[in-house]
Amino acid sequence: MNTTSAEEQRALHVSIPSRIDVARVRQDFPILARQVHGRPLVYLDNAATSQKPHRVIKAEARYYAEINANIHRGVHTLSQQATEAYEAARDTVMRFINAARREEIVFVRGTTEAINLVASSYGQRLVPGDEILISEMEHHSNIVPWQLLCERSGALLRVAPIDAAGELMVEEFGRLLGPRTRLVALTQLSNALGTITPMRELIALAHAQGAKVLVDGAQAIPHLKVDVQALDCDFYAFSGHKIYGPTGIGVLYGKAALLDAMPPYQGGGDMIKQVTFARTTYNDLPYKFEAGTPNIAGSIGLGAAISYLDRLGLDAVAAHEHALLDDATRRANATPGLRLIGCARAKASILSFVVDGVHAHDVGTILDLEGVAVRTGHHCAMPVMEHFGVAATVRASFAVYNTHDEVEALFAALSKVREVFA
Amino acid sequence: MNPELRHLYQEVIIDHSRRPRNYGPLVTANRHAEGFNPLCGDRLTVHLRLADGIVEAAQFEGAGCAIATASASLMTEAVKGQSVAQVEALVTQFRALVTGAADATAMGKLDVLSGVREFPTRVKCATLAWHALHAALSGRAESVSTE
Repeated sequence: MNTTSAEEQRALHVSIPSRIDVARVRQDFPILARQVHGRPLVYLDNAATSQKPHRVIKAEARYYAEINANIHRGVHTLSQQATEAYEAARDTVMRFINAARREEIVFVRGTTEAINLVASSYGQRLVPGDEILISEMEHHSNIVPWQLLCERSGALLRVAPIDAAGELMVEEFGRLLGPRTRLVALTQLSNALGTITPMRELIALAHAQGAKVLVDGAQAIPHLKVDVQALDCDFYAFSGHKIYGPTGIGVLYGKAALLDAMPPYQGGGDMIKQVTFARTTYNDLPYKFEAGTPNIAGSIGLGAAISYLDRLGLDAVAAHEHALLDDATRRANATPGLRLIGCARAKASILSFVVDGVHAHDVGTILDLEGVAVRTGHHCAMPVMEHFGVAATVRASFAVYNTHDEVEALFAALSKVREVFA
Repeated sequence: MNPELRHLYQEVIIDHSRRPRNYGPLVTANRHAEGFNPLCGDRLTVHLRLADGIVEAAQFEGAGCAIATASASLMTEAVKGQSVAQVEALVTQFRALVTGAADATAMGKLDVLSGVREFPTRVKCATLAWHALHAALSGRAESVSTE
């Protein structure tokens, strides 16, 4: 299963009943027990970062408490155990996204670094007149690295538009592809709108023109089952912290043949085989792209997070989150003065909206005092805000531990906004 | 209602955010500056008519939250007829007021904005127009950021 089309994605959500025992899941996340302004925390800012379950916190702590050592270079026991744990996390990631080979999994700091790695390294083969195609609903981290690359290389950045519902205009996208298109970089799930893009179809269109495709999976990874081989993407980037893992760790998946042909991103220890002042030989994949001591604890934590999510079952998680989104969308549509931003047919976990006559920041402050944490602002997607003619939106985003009571709490808190601005 | 919330969104603030005073372009202006808050994307432009070291007129335009808009509106009222030195003093005094600095002093009508000191993430909303005012006085034409 993958995001073959919007229709298939919707069908999936409809056909699989939620099997999530939310009360039990909530017990796994210590932070959910805390209060904010004397109210139980209602955490609906999951698209910014998700909370962490005990087992992730423990996995990181266990590394430091029991096996802390540098990896790949010590002959002593701790170094060996740390190396095993670090490499086991790589295998966990490989299985999770169904990569063909473990060498295709490069640990980086996060989605942003993964994209910058491709822009810096793969980007070196771009020449003036080449084109890079992105969409209008990209996060700044999938815009700016390409602008920088265009400045360096003389390549041209082209932007596929979205429509009034917040869906990528696939025909326009196809028209913007051409023989000069070298790279296509697209989000699989828009962080500002919640739109799921028909990624397999888009990748096929791009490949037909000989372009390589990078998928920004930062938002998609905790919500959609990702199979990089079925997608046939050339690169896939995601962050650990949005998938219940630690901050400061992320993954770049790349097809081995591509990664192999690419020059290193950073130089340093671990990425070399042999160094002399005359000549340095680079290490094999994936180490060629992992210069310096990596985020060992973070990688182990990410492995634990993925195992946790795997045990819950991503299909059940997606179905649960979709039920929450449906509930919230229904309530939003029944709330006078509330306008949804982004009404794509295929959406996941994100409800972006504006309240008539009240700025998103004022809404956010009032919700916070009710214990409800949402994101307000431009969501690092200023072009999306411009498209919809708003300066900022309020964004509620759902995770596996959210409940229908929390959706209700969000709308109860929104009624306070009306009171203040009556 | 939560007392902190009521203190933040006093009626004067709601009123000035809904019906901002001195809003719109100022054809006689000879000083302009734009304030930009990159955290939320809010932009306000301040227009001044300066003559003989006196702010004869002050207007503002742009989109912002209730705090930013009310602050800009109240600011334009406060600076009209003041000397440049007096206005610069007000800018300093206002910053102390909204950050809850030890040397903060009462500022009359502007005191309604002191509630933001309980909301550190909102202080920049209150100071946005004042950054632009300061830039306009110093004759800087480029956009000033709250960051």
